[in-house]
Amino acid sequence: MRPMAQMAMVMNLDKCIGCHTCSVTCKQAWTNRAGMEYVWFNNVETRPGLGYPRGYQDQEKWKGGWVRTPSGRLTLRAGGRLSKLLNIFSNPKMPAMSDYYEPWTYDYETLLNAPAQKHFPVARPHSLISGKPINVEWSANWDDDLGGSQQHAAKDPMLKGIEDKVKLEFEQTFMFYLPRICEHCLNPSCAASCPSGAIYKRVEDGIVLVDQDKCRGWRMCVTGCPYKKVYFNHKTGKAEKCTFCYPRVEVGIPTVCAETCVGRLRYIGLMLYDADKVLEAASVEDDHDLYEAQRSVFLDPHDPEVQREAERAGIPGDWIEAAKRSPVNALINTYKVALPLHPEYRTMPMVWYIPPLSPVVDVLQETGNDAEDADNLFGAIDTLRIPVEYLANLFTAGDTAPVDGVLRKLAAMRSYMRDINLGRDPNPDIPARVGMGEEEMYDMFRLLAIAKYDERY
Amino acid sequence: MDSPLTDALVGTRRFFTRGSVSEDRRTLSLEGGRSGDSFYRDRWSHDKVVRSTHGVNCTGSCSWKVYVKDGIITWEAQQTDYPSTGADRPEYEPRGCPRGAAFSWYTYSPTRVRYPYVRGVLLDLYREARAKFGDPVVAWASIVQDEEKAKAYKSSRGKGGLVRATWDEAVEMIAAAHVYTIKRWGPDRIAGFSPIPAMSQVSFVSGARFNELIGAPMLSFYDWYADLPNASPQMWGDQTDVPESGDWWDAAYLIMWGSNVPLTRTPDAHWMTEARYRGQKVVAVAPDYAENVKFADEWVAPVPGTDAALAMGMGHVVLKEFFAERETPFFADYTKRYTDLPHLITLEPVGDEGESGGVLRPGKFLVAGDLPDHPEANSENAMWKPAVLDAVTGEVAIPQGSIGHRYGPEGEGKWNLDLGDIDPLLTLLPADGSAGETAEVELPRFDLGDTVVRERRGVPVRRVGGHLVTTVLDLMLAQYGVGRPGLPGQWPEGYDDPSVPATPAWAESITSVPAAQIARLGREFAQNAVDTEGRGMILMGAGTNHWYHSDQIYRAMLVLTTITGCQGRNGGGWAHYVGQEKVRPLMGFQHMAFALDWVRPPRHMNQTAYWYVNSSQYRYDTFTTDDVGAGTGAFEGRATMDVLAQSVRLGWTPSYPQFNRSSLALADEAAEAGVDVKDHVVSQLKSGDLKFAVEDPEAEENWPRVLTLWRSNLFGSSAKGNEYFLKHLLGTTNAARAKEAGPEHRPRDVAWPDQIPEGKLDLLMTIDFRMTSSTLLSDVVLPAATWYEKHDINTTDMHPFIHSFNPAISPPWQSKTDWDAWKAIAKRFSELAEDHLGTRTDVVAKPLWHDTPEAMATVHGVVKDWKTGEVEPIPGKTMPVLAVVERDYTQIHAKMTSIGPLLEKVGMVTKGVPYEPTAFVEQLGAVNGRVHGGPTDGRPKLETDIHVAEAILHLSGTTNGHLATQGFKALEKRTGTELHDLSAEHEGKLIRFADTQAAPVPVITSPEWSGSESGGRRYSPFTINIERLKPFHTLTGRQQFYVDHDWLLRMGEALPIYRPPLDMTRLFGEPRIGEQGELGVSVRYLTPHNKWSIHSEYQDNLFMLSLSRGGQSIWMSDIDAAKIGVKDNDWIEAVNRNGVVAARAIVSHRMPEGTVYMHHAQDRLIDVPLTETDGKRGGIHNSLTRIVMKPSHLIGGYAQLSYFFNYIGPTGTNRDEVTTIRKRTAEVTY
Repeated sequence: MRPMAQMAMVMNLDKCIGCHTCSVTCKQAWTNRAGMEYVWFNNVETRPGLGYPRGYQDQEKWKGGWVRTPSGRLTLRAGGRLSKLLNIFSNPKMPAMSDYYEPWTYDYETLLNAPAQKHFPVARPHSLISGKPINVEWSANWDDDLGGSQQHAAKDPMLKGIEDKVKLEFEQTFMFYLPRICEHCLNPSCAASCPSGAIYKRVEDGIVLVDQDKCRGWRMCVTGCPYKKVYFNHKTGKAEKCTFCYPRVEVGIPTVCAETCVGRLRYIGLMLYDADKVLEAASVEDDHDLYEAQRSVFLDPHDPEVQREAERAGIPGDWIEAAKRSPVNALINTYKVALPLHPEYRTMPMVWYIPPLSPVVDVLQETGNDAEDADNLFGAIDTLRIPVEYLANLFTAGDTAPVDGVLRKLAAMRSYMRDINLGRDPNPDIPARVGMGEEEMYDMFRLLAIAKYDERY
Repeated sequence: MDSPLTDALVGTRRFFTRGSVSEDRRTLSLEGGRSGDSFYRDRWSHDKVVRSTHGVNCTGSCSWKVYVKDGIITWEAQQTDYPSTGADRPEYEPRGCPRGAAFSWYTYSPTRVRYPYVRGVLLDLYREARAKFGDPVVAWASIVQDEEKAKAYKSSRGKGGLVRATWDEAVEMIAAAHVYTIKRWGPDRIAGFSPIPAMSQVSFVSGARFNELIGAPMLSFYDWYADLPNASPQMWGDQTDVPESGDWWDAAYLIMWGSNVPLTRTPDAHWMTEARYRGQKVVAVAPDYAENVKFADEWVAPVPGTDAALAMGMGHVVLKEFFAERETPFFADYTKRYTDLPHLITLEPVGDEGESGGVLRPGKFLVAGDLPDHPEANSENAMWKPAVLDAVTGEVAIPQGSIGHRYGPEGEGKWNLDLGDIDPLLTLLPADGSAGETAEVELPRFDLGDTVVRERRGVPVRRVGGHLVTTVLDLMLAQYGVGRPGLPGQWPEGYDDPSVPATPAWAESITSVPAAQIARLGREFAQNAVDTEGRGMILMGAGTNHWYHSDQIYRAMLVLTTITGCQGRNGGGWAHYVGQEKVRPLMGFQHMAFALDWVRPPRHMNQTAYWYVNSSQYRYDTFTTDDVGAGTGAFEGRATMDVLAQSVRLGWTPSYPQFNRSSLALADEAAEAGVDVKDHVVSQLKSGDLKFAVEDPEAEENWPRVLTLWRSNLFGSSAKGNEYFLKHLLGTTNAARAKEAGPEHRPRDVAWPDQIPEGKLDLLMTIDFRMTSSTLLSDVVLPAATWYEKHDINTTDMHPFIHSFNPAISPPWQSKTDWDAWKAIAKRFSELAEDHLGTRTDVVAKPLWHDTPEAMATVHGVVKDWKTGEVEPIPGKTMPVLAVVERDYTQIHAKMTSIGPLLEKVGMVTKGVPYEPTAFVEQLGAVNGRVHGGPTDGRPKLETDIHVAEAILHLSGTTNGHLATQGFKALEKRTGTELHDLSAEHEGKLIRFADTQAAPVPVITSPEWSGSESGGRRYSPFTINIERLKPFHTLTGRQQFYVDHDWLLRMGEALPIYRPPLDMTRLFGEPRIGEQGELGVSVRYLTPHNKWSIHSEYQDNLFMLSLSRGGQSIWMSDIDAAKIGVKDNDWIEAVNRNGVVAARAIVSHRMPEGTVYMHHAQDRLIDVPLTETDGKRGGIHNSLTRIVMKPSHLIGGYAQLSYFFNYIGPTGTNRDEVTTIRKRTAEVTY
């Protein structure tokens, strides 16, 4: 056992309102500068949709992350590291500016400076790259709220294989939001892709950073990251990425995106894991096993042996305490409602998600039954507006069982709490049916619903 | 790892790096020596963090941290230090949204207004005239009186050519224009507009105080924005009072109905997502798959504008299953005590044959004065005391608490909802199962075509003192088609019978929502209310409120929350969330803003009527008021202008410019003739020698001449009928295409000259920090400080805290705070007034006010017009109140910057409750310091913005516990019930400005509002009414479903009813929705709020544009787009008779066929090309709308239907409009 500590995040998509406040506060703090105009360390995608950069999840195309060779070894999808070194001067497979978007501004000063003229003055868009007038055709969030759905959402790589279940028609509409930052993976393929050794994981908290002094701008990391969360600063010629706001985290305040999340859906916490088991877990054969495999890497901070080993590994006592109180650990391991994003990339991502539940009883609208009744809720999950298969493609490499389990827990919690809300006796059968005790369910409710500032971070 | 060779290679890295490569060669870890990281540490470092917020037209009221480095504002992030709501519920942190998070972009943006600007043509003319005449006022006169010169600068408005001026020069021009206008035309030819004060109260006060001191009207906003729900005054006698978002947590059933919470209430939305986890059921009613639908258990997608039918279908089920088929004790007890359901309504015969003709319609509330034999027949205000039947005695009883008990000595201690021994009968149907005596009444329906259809349904009746009466509940059951055994008339067979309103099947036929779903939702909502004692809530918003018939939509929805006992409960009732922002320290704010410390009454104007008249939109009304009445005959072929003119002369609604002569000149005339000013005005009006300006609006003496905007972008945002504004008010390029009304549609009591003037306004002045449509069109633009550059205070109704603005930096370049800008204008104005104005007497005509005895002017709501000789013109009774005031125009600056003596002399009044603030005026003298010397010697100072904030805080009950308690004690005298304990816990608390700088501070329970926050409970409206038996400010003192004013009765709107959206084809000749012609497809045109802006602000912000489509856009369904060959991001044009819009299409299957959304206030400044239709710059969202006023909103002088500022009035509706969408084929040019 080789315990290491990792800062991690859980986002509860069931609460995300898609407001993009996180994107703006992050942008203002970190990437509002020359060379980084097109860069959003934090972005929010409407799903189904293409995301940012467009279609980044299509690894057939972008070649990000790891693949498992028939012999059971892990290799970078973009080619082994030897071939990377040998081809270091060739163009890596990476998104063009147009796949992100061509950043622009306007000739705003026209509004003030326009001489007397025939028409009302207007500010026109100009490219921040070329300086020339442009026709705006894509932005950092073009397909927000299903805008242009037939042209864009229809090409969502995550719809592959479930085309028959998803019709982009008015009556069948569904959408939800997916906020994304760097995953600060336990097995980062960006770092493995870097010929200069400029990308590293911080020993004490696992935050993945690019050493700005060492980066030589090879951009292999851009290709290597399957989440496309490493960006190329075209002014400095170096790679930049989400830093998990380490200058803030180091002094005990949460990341900008988490603290400014008005949906109150982000949790930050410390996870302990066994560094010796990461490779093995990332190499399991079946993609469907990756979720549990990653969970098996985590160490239980309440376990005295883990505590001893952690201490021996130099992890301070208050960090172990933090790991015990970690809301992220509770959501991932205690309640098991958080799931990793794309475990099949085998990077062991450390930003996890609670899948969205709703709208839930919509399909029961003509049955005339109490919509909050537990039986109805469970029945409804199979016919959710958001197909479980779609969520499984995001969070469990296509395995619907874990997603279904999470959704049942959320539904059961609502049903259980309704009795309490209405002053009736709570029904212990409801948590029992999803393998939970009453107190555990109540505690989960408090963490998901009430979640005060110091309980979220 | 991938291969042994790689392993070896990567493994060697271990020897060359400081970091450690993992044993499995998988990754590199690094500890210490991270000089490469320093960049981000530097980026994060900052010098200070300052608390501020955003003073825009937004209910968020979020406290922000503004980061400053090297004297430069770098970015902002939300504060998280709101006081706790309690251990068992979520907190308010971190309030904010992406718009607010992007605000700092404006500070240094290229669109920032850095210096004063003046239209070049005008500045040249002014400099020339100034040099010639020396006197600024004479110089100004020489320009505006010269037709050619005036046209030269007016016709160039909006089209570039702004040039820099100095503050001195710009302020002098503004002051000269004001002085000249007062001198030549009178002070009410000037108007000020600044919207919704709550979120930057001092900034609002600045210009408002100046305008009211000089006698210029302040224009309203709540009604103008169509946000004012007239149903609220109609039902509750209350402007609007709603729960804070923290109270959503308490609801067990939540319907979001036309309120897209994640988008329009972004910082509050978490309460909804979290309350679901507590087992709250959530329903979303929205025609599209809106952002909030994602969170709902059910999505209900009615046809736009049919919400009243949906609500009535649900109401039908509730009334049938919980009232008619069985009595539900919880509902019965509540409705007897707190609503008008048991009140008696007389049934009145229709036609000449009287009752023998057999046709009856619902009539008036039976009142004590109608019953000569009743013991209370001759009591004080007997005509204002409605009656019920007592179940115990079988006799008519007069419950306490009506408006008749509210005023006069007899009612002292009796204005409360205590029923005493009375047990009011809800229905007159005998309990023994027989039908008893019944009568058929005619009830209207509007769902069968262009005109009203009347159906007859029976109600149980009694004869009382010669009157045939029934109860409001009996009428309501008939209106909703809920039959009971033995009652005659047309009744539905069951829920699945669509032929009679308001069955679920009937509702389905109109709304397209399945009948079974409607029935179940109604049943669920009611059962939930029974199970939780009223914890069912409906969030209702712009989607249901911006319609012409929104009052009826709302009343139908409020039936659901009120008959189920949900109003006045934590977690229950209505939650109206559009434009409803709450100035929590209301009293102090009002007295400072409207200068009530120096002069009363203020001039307050309803802005909808103001622009309907002054942008000449009435001239394009190709319909009569009777059309809108759908054949009810309510207005006998009159035009809306006739109805408005009548409302004005009866003193119901305000109108400025007031008379067709200067109000100063009228006083001079009277003085010269040695007669009383008021008598002079009355006799002149009566003889016809004097007219109301509204009776001849195109005459030059009746034009508005000066309009000042601050915190406002009227022309990029709220100006419905934008192109008519450009044409007639401003006299510049426009795209109005409508034809004038033909003779058959013209008003009969209002002059109709052949020509409509263009360019009525002499001066448009805007104070802003960024360029907008309004600044572009302005003659003078003053550079304003942003929200991060000044002191101010901010409140909302979404949370219970008051917090502050503070300057992170000083106002840069030449910008000034609004307070300092208006002070500069006041100073120069006062100087110029020395020579030109001096002290003048002004006669102010003011409408009959709500919450005063003036509201008892119209007995039984029977309309009598002095003009036709039905009654005598008596000020304050049958016509406006006339008040004579003195204005020393040389002392405007001195008065603006000090607190006047009326507070001590006359006291303060808010919502009818008197206060005596002398001690706190004294205290302000110590806190702010006193003026030394001059005419205001010894008065407390109002020199700085902090002084104003302190005055507001000292003089409001919500921020000064002493005053709250004092107010409750005063109210106790009238109600005879205990109230002052509500604020006892905070009696010694006075919130100071410094407190609001430290952290958001919870406010104190005060009679200024209807809810209790005692003990830290969440705010919900009307809890004081329900728990402390304090009457509502209505005729009956109860929540009123029935309103019996003549006009409403004749319009068929005495009770809630479904009225379809206006038929724009019939009224204005627009193509029918769905019609496809050569030019494109005709669709319903809706303008909901935008995800990427707060009204017109932020829509030009680069961050918001980068996260959206980068310019004006219109959402449309994939089906409609396919019809006209439009693909996502194609340029399209939206065209109707009112104007032309150029935008790009956002095509999506989440939109329903037949409806497009053009998000509100995208302005025309960003990437808007010249249109294909007319070759001019494309318009704003309001280029396609126009003002259409509903006559019933002009009612006044009758109990809760009496005027107050932003309380009641015609709304600038904008949802009934249609447009044709076509694909642009011509090349895009700018």
